[in-house]
Amino acid sequence: MWDWAFTIDILPVLARAAVITVQATAIGFVIAALLGLVLASIRLSSPAAGLVVAILVELVRSTPLLIQIFFLFFVLPKVGIVLDAFTAGVLAIGLHYAAYCSEVYRAGFENVPRGQWEASIALNLSPWTTFKDIILPQALPPVVPALGNYLIALFKETPLLSAIAVVELMQRAKIIGSETFRYTEPVTLVGLFFLVMSLLSAGLVRVLDGWLSRRYG
Amino acid sequence: MWIRVLAAMLAATLTAIVILSFQDGFKVFVPGLLQGAWLTVQIAVLGALLAVVMALTAALAKLYGPLPLRWLAVAYIEIFRGTSALVQLFWLYFVLPQFGIFMDAFPVAVLALGLNIGAYGAEVVRGAIRAVPKGQWEASTALNMTRAQMLRRIILPQAFVAMIPPWGNLFIELVKSTSLVSLITLADLTFKAQQMNQATLQTVPIFTLVLLLYLAISLTITICMRFTEGWAAKGVLHGKAS
Repeated sequence: MWDWAFTIDILPVLARAAVITVQATAIGFVIAALLGLVLASIRLSSPAAGLVVAILVELVRSTPLLIQIFFLFFVLPKVGIVLDAFTAGVLAIGLHYAAYCSEVYRAGFENVPRGQWEASIALNLSPWTTFKDIILPQALPPVVPALGNYLIALFKETPLLSAIAVVELMQRAKIIGSETFRYTEPVTLVGLFFLVMSLLSAGLVRVLDGWLSRRYG
Repeated sequence: MWIRVLAAMLAATLTAIVILSFQDGFKVFVPGLLQGAWLTVQIAVLGALLAVVMALTAALAKLYGPLPLRWLAVAYIEIFRGTSALVQLFWLYFVLPQFGIFMDAFPVAVLALGLNIGAYGAEVVRGAIRAVPKGQWEASTALNMTRAQMLRRIILPQAFVAMIPPWGNLFIELVKSTSLVSLITLADLTFKAQQMNQATLQTVPIFTLVLLLYLAISLTITICMRFTEGWAAKGVLHGKAS
Protein backbone atom coordinates (compact mmCIF):
# COMPACT_ATOMS: atom_id res chain seq x y z
CA MET A 1 0.00 0.00 0.00
CA TRP A 2 2.74 2.46 0.98
CA ASP A 3 5.85 2.04 -1.16
CA TRP A 4 8.96 3.34 0.64
CA ALA A 5 11.30 2.89 -2.34
CA PHE A 6 8.92 4.96 -4.47
CA THR A 7 8.72 7.56 -1.68
CA ILE A 8 12.52 7.94 -1.59
CA ASP A 9 12.47 8.11 -5.38
CA ILE A 10 10.08 11.06 -5.61
CA LEU A 11 11.47 13.03 -2.64
CA PRO A 12 14.13 15.00 -4.57
CA VAL A 13 11.64 15.84 -7.34
CA LEU A 14 9.16 17.14 -4.76
CA ALA A 15 11.90 19.04 -2.95
CA ARG A 16 12.72 20.95 -6.14
CA ALA A 17 9.04 21.81 -6.56
CA ALA A 18 8.92 22.95 -2.93
CA VAL A 19 11.42 25.68 -3.83
CA ILE A 20 8.86 27.14 -6.26
CA THR A 21 6.22 26.99 -3.53
CA VAL A 22 8.49 28.88 -1.14
CA GLN A 23 9.38 31.46 -3.82
CA ALA A 24 5.70 32.05 -4.61
CA THR A 25 4.98 32.44 -0.89
CA ALA A 26 7.81 34.93 -0.35
CA ILE A 27 7.08 37.14 -3.37
CA GLY A 28 3.33 36.97 -2.82
CA PHE A 29 3.68 38.00 0.81
CA VAL A 30 6.01 40.92 0.02
CA ILE A 31 3.36 42.24 -2.42
CA ALA A 32 0.60 41.65 0.13
CA ALA A 33 2.44 43.30 3.04
CA LEU A 34 3.52 46.39 1.08
CA LEU A 35 0.30 46.94 -0.87
CA GLY A 36 -1.74 46.26 2.28
CA LEU A 37 0.17 49.01 4.09
CA VAL A 38 -0.44 51.41 1.19
CA LEU A 39 -4.18 50.60 1.16
CA ALA A 40 -4.47 51.04 4.92
CA SER A 41 -2.58 54.36 4.72
CA ILE A 42 -4.93 55.63 2.01
CA ARG A 43 -7.84 54.67 4.22
CA LEU A 44 -6.24 56.60 7.05
CA SER A 45 -5.58 59.73 5.03
CA SER A 46 -8.94 60.51 3.44
CA PRO A 47 -12.47 59.26 4.16
CA ALA A 48 -13.62 59.48 0.52
CA ALA A 49 -10.69 57.47 -0.86
CA GLY A 50 -11.09 55.27 2.21
CA LEU A 51 -14.60 54.26 1.18
CA VAL A 52 -13.34 53.28 -2.28
CA VAL A 53 -10.56 51.19 -0.68
CA ALA A 54 -13.09 49.61 1.72
CA ILE A 55 -15.32 48.60 -1.18
CA LEU A 56 -12.34 47.22 -3.12
CA VAL A 57 -11.25 45.21 -0.09
CA GLU A 58 -14.78 43.83 0.31
CA LEU A 59 -14.86 42.88 -3.39
CA VAL A 60 -11.53 41.07 -3.22
CA ARG A 61 -12.44 39.27 0.00
CA SER A 62 -15.83 38.16 -1.31
CA THR A 63 -14.62 36.29 -4.38
CA PRO A 64 -12.54 33.11 -4.53
CA LEU A 65 -8.79 33.39 -5.02
CA LEU A 66 -8.98 30.66 -7.66
CA ILE A 67 -11.28 32.82 -9.81
CA GLN A 68 -9.03 35.83 -9.30
CA ILE A 69 -6.04 33.77 -10.45
CA PHE A 70 -7.97 32.69 -13.56
CA PHE A 71 -9.08 36.28 -14.12
CA LEU A 72 -5.52 37.61 -14.11
CA PHE A 73 -4.21 34.71 -16.16
CA PHE A 74 -6.96 34.55 -18.81
CA VAL A 75 -8.53 38.02 -18.93
CA LEU A 76 -5.46 40.28 -18.73
CA PRO A 77 -4.03 38.93 -22.03
CA LYS A 78 -7.27 40.11 -23.70
CA VAL A 79 -6.38 43.69 -22.81
CA GLY A 80 -2.80 43.22 -23.97
CA ILE A 81 -1.05 42.35 -20.70
CA VAL A 82 0.48 38.91 -21.10
CA LEU A 83 1.84 37.42 -17.89
CA ASP A 84 3.38 34.00 -17.51
CA ALA A 85 1.59 31.62 -15.15
CA PHE A 86 3.93 32.13 -12.20
CA THR A 87 3.76 35.95 -12.36
CA ALA A 88 -0.02 36.04 -12.79
CA GLY A 89 -0.52 33.55 -9.98
CA VAL A 90 1.82 35.26 -7.53
CA LEU A 91 0.32 38.65 -8.38
CA ALA A 92 -3.21 37.34 -7.74
CA ILE A 93 -2.17 35.84 -4.41
CA GLY A 94 -0.39 39.08 -3.46
CA LEU A 95 -3.40 41.25 -4.35
CA HIS A 96 -5.82 38.92 -2.54
CA TYR A 97 -3.84 38.94 0.68
CA ALA A 98 -3.14 42.67 0.40
CA ALA A 99 -6.86 43.13 1.05
CA TYR A 100 -6.62 41.04 4.21
CA CYS A 101 -3.37 42.68 5.32
CA SER A 102 -4.82 46.17 4.89
CA GLU A 103 -7.46 45.26 7.50
CA VAL A 104 -4.71 44.11 9.84
CA TYR A 105 -2.78 47.38 9.45
CA ARG A 106 -6.01 49.31 9.91
CA ALA A 107 -6.55 47.61 13.27
CA GLY A 108 -2.98 48.57 14.15
CA PHE A 109 -3.55 52.23 13.25
CA GLU A 110 -6.79 52.35 15.20
CA ASN A 111 -4.98 51.09 18.28
CA VAL A 112 -2.65 54.11 18.35
CA PRO A 113 -4.11 56.52 20.91
CA ARG A 114 -5.61 59.76 19.55
CA GLY A 115 -3.31 61.77 21.79
CA GLN A 116 -0.33 60.69 19.67
CA TRP A 117 -1.85 62.42 16.64
CA GLU A 118 -2.75 65.51 18.68
CA ALA A 119 0.71 65.71 20.24
CA SER A 120 2.29 65.50 16.77
CA ILE A 121 0.13 68.40 15.59
CA ALA A 122 1.08 70.36 18.71
CA LEU A 123 4.76 69.73 17.93
CA ASN A 124 4.18 71.02 14.39
CA LEU A 125 5.30 67.78 12.74
CA SER A 126 4.33 67.37 9.10
CA PRO A 127 1.70 64.69 8.37
CA TRP A 128 4.36 62.55 6.68
CA THR A 129 6.76 62.78 9.65
CA THR A 130 3.89 62.05 12.02
CA PHE A 131 2.95 58.98 10.05
CA LYS A 132 6.51 57.71 9.54
CA ASP A 133 8.09 58.46 12.91
CA ILE A 134 5.21 58.49 15.39
CA ILE A 135 2.30 56.37 14.16
CA LEU A 136 3.95 53.53 12.20
CA PRO A 137 6.46 52.49 14.90
CA GLN A 138 3.57 52.18 17.36
CA ALA A 139 1.08 50.59 14.98
CA LEU A 140 3.26 47.87 13.46
CA PRO A 141 4.66 45.72 16.33
CA PRO A 142 1.24 44.68 17.73
CA VAL A 143 0.02 43.48 14.32
CA VAL A 144 3.10 41.46 13.36
CA PRO A 145 1.63 38.17 14.69
CA ALA A 146 -1.58 38.73 12.72
CA LEU A 147 0.50 39.34 9.60
CA GLY A 148 2.39 36.15 10.39
CA ASN A 149 -0.87 34.24 10.45
CA TYR A 150 -1.72 35.58 7.02
CA LEU A 151 1.73 34.55 5.80
CA ILE A 152 0.86 30.99 6.86
CA ALA A 153 -2.57 31.23 5.23
CA LEU A 154 -0.99 32.53 2.02
CA PHE A 155 1.55 29.72 2.09
CA LYS A 156 -1.26 27.18 2.28
CA GLU A 157 -3.08 28.76 -0.68
CA THR A 158 -0.12 28.37 -3.05
CA PRO A 159 -1.31 24.91 -4.25
CA LEU A 160 -3.99 26.88 -6.14
CA LEU A 161 -1.24 27.89 -8.57
CA SER A 162 -1.34 24.30 -9.82
CA ALA A 163 -4.67 25.20 -11.47
CA ILE A 164 -2.87 27.43 -13.97
CA ALA A 165 -0.12 24.86 -14.40
CA VAL A 166 2.60 26.47 -12.30
CA VAL A 167 4.75 23.49 -11.40
CA GLU A 168 4.81 23.98 -7.66
CA LEU A 169 4.55 21.21 -5.10
CA MET A 170 0.93 20.20 -5.72
CA GLN A 171 1.26 20.28 -9.51
CA ARG A 172 4.41 18.16 -9.29
CA ALA A 173 2.56 15.66 -7.08
CA LYS A 174 -0.29 15.53 -9.60
CA ILE A 175 2.16 14.98 -12.46
CA ILE A 176 3.87 12.17 -10.56
CA GLY A 177 0.43 10.72 -9.83
CA SER A 178 -0.67 10.77 -13.44
CA GLU A 179 2.61 9.30 -14.67
CA THR A 180 2.82 6.44 -12.20
CA PHE A 181 -0.85 6.02 -11.15
CA ARG A 182 0.32 6.31 -7.56
CA TYR A 183 -1.29 9.26 -5.81
CA THR A 184 -0.97 8.00 -2.22
CA GLU A 185 2.69 8.83 -1.64
CA PRO A 186 3.03 12.17 -3.47
CA VAL A 187 -0.23 13.71 -2.17
CA THR A 188 0.43 12.50 1.39
CA LEU A 189 3.99 13.87 1.27
CA VAL A 190 2.70 17.25 0.07
CA GLY A 191 0.17 17.25 2.92
CA LEU A 192 2.91 16.40 5.42
CA PHE A 193 5.17 19.14 4.03
CA PHE A 194 2.44 21.74 4.50
CA LEU A 195 1.56 20.42 7.95
CA VAL A 196 5.15 20.52 9.18
CA MET A 197 5.84 23.95 7.69
CA SER A 198 2.59 25.39 9.07
CA LEU A 199 3.15 24.00 12.56
CA LEU A 200 6.74 25.30 12.55
CA SER A 201 5.75 28.76 11.39
CA ALA A 202 2.77 28.84 13.78
CA GLY A 203 5.25 28.11 16.58
CA LEU A 204 7.53 30.84 15.28
CA VAL A 205 4.66 33.34 15.22
CA ARG A 206 3.83 32.43 18.81
CA VAL A 207 7.44 33.01 19.91
CA LEU A 208 7.50 36.31 18.00
CA ASP A 209 4.21 37.31 19.62
CA GLY A 210 5.63 36.65 23.08
CA TRP A 211 8.84 38.55 22.31
CA LEU A 212 6.99 41.54 20.86
CA SER A 213 4.54 41.80 23.72
CA ARG A 214 7.44 41.70 26.21
CA ARG A 215 9.40 44.33 24.29
CA TYR A 216 6.54 46.66 23.31
CA GLY A 217 3.62 45.52 25.49
CA MET B 1 -23.56 52.90 7.77
CA TRP B 2 -21.44 50.04 6.40
CA ILE B 3 -24.45 47.74 6.13
CA ARG B 4 -26.04 50.25 3.72
CA VAL B 5 -22.88 50.19 1.61
CA LEU B 6 -23.02 46.39 1.63
CA ALA B 7 -26.69 46.42 0.64
CA ALA B 8 -25.94 48.88 -2.17
CA MET B 9 -23.10 46.64 -3.35
CA LEU B 10 -25.39 43.60 -3.38
CA ALA B 11 -28.08 45.54 -5.25
CA ALA B 12 -25.51 46.73 -7.81
CA THR B 13 -24.17 43.19 -8.24
CA LEU B 14 -27.62 41.68 -8.78
CA THR B 15 -28.57 44.48 -11.19
CA ALA B 16 -25.37 43.90 -13.13
CA ILE B 17 -26.10 40.16 -13.36
CA VAL B 18 -29.67 40.80 -14.59
CA ILE B 19 -28.59 43.42 -17.13
CA LEU B 20 -25.76 41.24 -18.41
CA SER B 21 -28.04 38.23 -18.77
CA PHE B 22 -29.96 40.16 -21.44
CA GLN B 23 -26.79 41.13 -23.35
CA ASP B 24 -25.95 39.16 -26.46
CA GLY B 25 -22.39 38.16 -25.58
CA PHE B 26 -23.39 37.07 -22.10
CA LYS B 27 -26.86 35.52 -22.51
CA VAL B 28 -25.73 32.06 -23.62
CA PHE B 29 -23.59 31.50 -20.53
CA VAL B 30 -26.15 32.44 -17.88
CA PRO B 31 -28.21 29.19 -17.60
CA GLY B 32 -25.11 26.98 -17.31
CA LEU B 33 -23.44 29.26 -14.79
CA LEU B 34 -26.60 29.45 -12.69
CA GLN B 35 -26.66 25.63 -12.64
CA GLY B 36 -23.09 25.69 -11.40
CA ALA B 37 -23.91 28.38 -8.84
CA TRP B 38 -26.72 26.18 -7.49
CA LEU B 39 -24.28 23.32 -6.89
CA THR B 40 -21.89 25.78 -5.24
CA VAL B 41 -24.67 26.92 -2.89
CA GLN B 42 -25.60 23.31 -2.07
CA ILE B 43 -22.01 22.38 -1.19
CA ALA B 44 -21.61 25.58 0.82
CA VAL B 45 -24.80 25.05 2.86
CA LEU B 46 -24.13 21.36 3.61
CA GLY B 47 -20.46 22.13 4.31
CA ALA B 48 -21.47 24.93 6.69
CA LEU B 49 -23.80 22.59 8.61
CA LEU B 50 -21.05 19.98 8.93
CA ALA B 51 -18.56 22.68 9.92
CA VAL B 52 -20.76 24.01 12.74
CA VAL B 53 -21.38 20.50 14.10
CA MET B 54 -17.68 19.58 13.90
CA ALA B 55 -16.60 22.89 15.44
CA LEU B 56 -18.92 22.55 18.44
CA THR B 57 -17.98 18.89 18.97
CA ALA B 58 -14.24 19.45 18.62
CA ALA B 59 -14.21 22.58 20.79
CA LEU B 60 -16.21 20.94 23.59
CA ALA B 61 -14.07 17.79 23.35
CA LYS B 62 -10.87 19.84 23.50
CA LEU B 63 -12.09 21.86 26.49
CA TYR B 64 -14.00 19.33 28.59
CA GLY B 65 -13.54 15.87 27.05
CA PRO B 66 -11.72 12.98 28.70
CA LEU B 67 -8.05 12.75 27.79
CA PRO B 68 -8.04 10.48 24.67
CA LEU B 69 -10.97 12.45 23.23
CA ARG B 70 -9.12 15.69 23.92
CA TRP B 71 -6.07 14.44 22.00
CA LEU B 72 -8.31 13.39 19.13
CA ALA B 73 -9.84 16.87 18.98
CA VAL B 74 -6.42 18.55 19.09
CA ALA B 75 -5.14 16.25 16.32
CA TYR B 76 -8.20 16.96 14.18
CA ILE B 77 -7.91 20.73 14.62
CA GLU B 78 -4.15 20.89 14.00
CA ILE B 79 -4.19 18.57 10.99
CA PHE B 80 -7.06 20.30 9.21
CA ARG B 81 -5.79 23.80 10.00
CA GLY B 82 -2.23 22.85 9.15
CA THR B 83 -2.71 21.58 5.61
CA SER B 84 -4.28 23.16 2.55
CA ALA B 85 -7.95 22.62 1.82
CA LEU B 86 -6.89 21.59 -1.68
CA VAL B 87 -4.51 18.94 -0.36
CA GLN B 88 -7.26 17.62 1.95
CA LEU B 89 -9.68 17.47 -0.95
CA PHE B 90 -7.19 15.55 -3.09
CA TRP B 91 -6.29 13.27 -0.24
CA LEU B 92 -9.92 12.31 0.39
CA TYR B 93 -10.64 11.95 -3.31
CA PHE B 94 -7.53 10.19 -4.62
CA VAL B 95 -5.92 8.55 -1.60
CA LEU B 96 -8.88 7.15 0.35
CA PRO B 97 -9.86 4.85 -2.56
CA GLN B 98 -6.39 3.28 -2.21
CA PHE B 99 -7.48 2.20 1.26
CA GLY B 100 -10.73 0.77 -0.10
CA ILE B 101 -12.99 3.69 0.79
CA PHE B 102 -14.81 4.95 -2.28
CA MET B 103 -16.90 8.11 -2.22
CA ASP B 104 -18.50 10.22 -4.92
CA ALA B 105 -17.07 13.65 -5.57
CA PHE B 106 -20.04 15.44 -3.95
CA PRO B 107 -19.80 13.84 -0.47
CA VAL B 108 -16.01 14.22 -0.63
CA ALA B 109 -16.39 17.93 -1.33
CA VAL B 110 -18.87 18.48 1.51
CA LEU B 111 -16.76 16.36 3.87
CA ALA B 112 -13.42 18.01 3.05
CA LEU B 113 -14.68 21.59 3.16
CA GLY B 114 -16.88 20.99 6.22
CA LEU B 115 -14.00 19.37 8.13
CA ASN B 116 -11.58 22.11 7.05
CA ILE B 117 -13.78 25.03 8.10
CA GLY B 118 -14.91 23.06 11.16
CA ALA B 119 -11.31 22.94 12.41
CA TYR B 120 -11.02 26.72 12.18
CA GLY B 121 -14.50 27.04 13.69
CA ALA B 122 -13.47 24.87 16.65
CA GLU B 123 -10.90 27.50 17.65
CA VAL B 124 -13.54 30.22 17.25
CA VAL B 125 -15.97 28.32 19.48
CA ARG B 126 -13.23 27.59 22.02
CA GLY B 127 -12.19 31.24 22.11
CA ALA B 128 -15.79 32.39 22.53
CA ILE B 129 -16.42 29.94 25.39
CA ARG B 130 -13.20 30.99 27.11
CA ALA B 131 -14.20 34.65 26.74
CA VAL B 132 -17.35 34.19 28.87
CA PRO B 133 -16.54 35.82 32.23
CA LYS B 134 -15.49 33.47 35.01
CA GLY B 135 -18.23 34.76 37.29
CA GLN B 136 -20.82 33.16 35.03
CA TRP B 137 -19.33 29.73 35.73
CA GLU B 138 -19.11 30.42 39.44
CA ALA B 139 -22.69 31.66 39.59
CA SER B 140 -23.84 28.53 37.74
CA THR B 141 -21.95 26.35 40.21
CA ALA B 142 -23.50 28.28 43.07
CA LEU B 143 -26.92 27.55 41.59
CA ASN B 144 -26.04 23.83 41.67
CA MET B 145 -26.27 23.29 37.91
CA THR B 146 -24.68 20.30 36.25
CA ARG B 147 -21.89 20.96 33.74
CA ALA B 148 -24.25 20.22 30.81
CA GLN B 149 -26.84 22.64 32.18
CA MET B 150 -24.23 25.37 32.66
CA LEU B 151 -23.03 25.01 29.10
CA ARG B 152 -26.49 24.82 27.57
CA ARG B 153 -28.27 27.51 29.56
CA ILE B 154 -25.57 29.97 30.62
CA ILE B 155 -22.29 29.70 28.75
CA LEU B 156 -23.14 28.80 25.16
CA PRO B 157 -25.87 31.44 24.72
CA GLN B 158 -23.36 34.11 25.74
CA ALA B 159 -20.53 32.59 23.73
CA PHE B 160 -22.89 32.46 20.74
CA VAL B 161 -22.97 36.26 20.51
CA ALA B 162 -19.19 36.51 20.36
CA MET B 163 -19.01 33.73 17.78
CA ILE B 164 -21.17 35.27 15.08
CA PRO B 165 -18.74 37.74 13.44
CA PRO B 166 -15.88 35.21 13.09
CA TRP B 167 -18.35 32.61 11.82
CA GLY B 168 -19.44 35.09 9.18
CA ASN B 169 -15.84 35.29 7.98
CA LEU B 170 -15.55 31.51 8.01
CA PHE B 171 -18.73 31.08 5.94
CA ILE B 172 -17.28 33.47 3.35
CA GLU B 173 -14.09 31.40 3.39
CA LEU B 174 -16.22 28.30 2.87
CA VAL B 175 -18.04 29.78 -0.14
CA LYS B 176 -14.72 30.79 -1.63
CA SER B 177 -13.12 27.42 -1.05
CA THR B 178 -16.01 25.66 -2.83
CA SER B 179 -14.27 26.82 -6.01
CA LEU B 180 -11.69 24.12 -5.24
CA VAL B 181 -14.20 21.30 -5.84
CA SER B 182 -13.99 22.05 -9.57
CA LEU B 183 -10.58 20.36 -9.38
CA ILE B 184 -12.17 17.05 -8.34
CA THR B 185 -14.56 17.09 -11.32
CA LEU B 186 -17.64 18.56 -9.63
CA ALA B 187 -19.59 20.84 -11.98
CA ASP B 188 -19.74 23.85 -9.66
CA LEU B 189 -19.63 27.49 -10.77
CA THR B 190 -15.86 27.47 -11.34
CA PHE B 191 -15.97 24.16 -13.22
CA LYS B 192 -18.74 25.39 -15.52
CA ALA B 193 -16.77 28.55 -16.17
CA GLN B 194 -13.62 26.65 -17.12
CA GLN B 195 -15.61 24.25 -19.30
CA MET B 196 -17.31 27.10 -21.16
CA ASN B 197 -14.04 28.98 -21.40
CA GLN B 198 -12.33 26.02 -23.04
CA ALA B 199 -15.27 25.51 -25.42
CA THR B 200 -15.84 29.11 -26.50
CA LEU B 201 -12.74 31.12 -25.43
CA GLN B 202 -15.13 33.91 -24.39
CA THR B 203 -13.03 34.53 -21.29
CA VAL B 204 -14.07 38.06 -20.41
CA PRO B 205 -17.88 37.62 -20.25
CA ILE B 206 -17.65 34.22 -18.55
CA PHE B 207 -15.29 35.22 -15.78
CA THR B 208 -17.05 38.56 -15.26
CA LEU B 209 -20.32 36.72 -14.65
CA VAL B 210 -18.59 34.21 -12.37
CA LEU B 211 -17.04 36.95 -10.24
CA LEU B 212 -20.44 38.69 -9.97
CA LEU B 213 -22.20 35.45 -8.98
CA TYR B 214 -19.68 34.66 -6.24
CA LEU B 215 -19.89 38.26 -5.09
CA ALA B 216 -23.68 38.04 -4.84
CA ILE B 217 -23.48 34.84 -2.75
CA SER B 218 -20.79 36.22 -0.41
CA LEU B 219 -22.48 39.60 0.07
CA THR B 220 -25.78 37.88 0.89
CA ILE B 221 -24.02 35.91 3.62
CA THR B 222 -22.22 38.99 4.97
CA ILE B 223 -25.48 40.96 5.19
CA CYS B 224 -27.37 38.05 6.81
CA MET B 225 -24.61 37.64 9.40
CA ARG B 226 -24.74 41.38 10.18
CA PHE B 227 -28.45 41.09 10.92
CA THR B 228 -27.91 37.95 13.01
CA GLU B 229 -25.27 39.83 14.96
CA GLY B 230 -27.71 42.62 15.77
CA TRP B 231 -30.44 40.14 16.65
CA ALA B 232 -28.24 37.99 18.92
CA ALA B 233 -26.69 40.96 20.71
CA LYS B 234 -30.11 42.16 21.85
CA GLY B 235 -30.38 42.09 25.63
CA VAL B 236 -26.73 41.11 26.08
CA LEU B 237 -24.61 43.64 27.93
CA HIS B 238 -21.23 42.22 26.94
CA GLY B 239 -19.65 42.18 23.56
CA LYS B 240 -19.95 44.75 20.86
CA ALA B 241 -23.61 45.30 20.18
CA SER B 242 -23.72 47.42 17.07
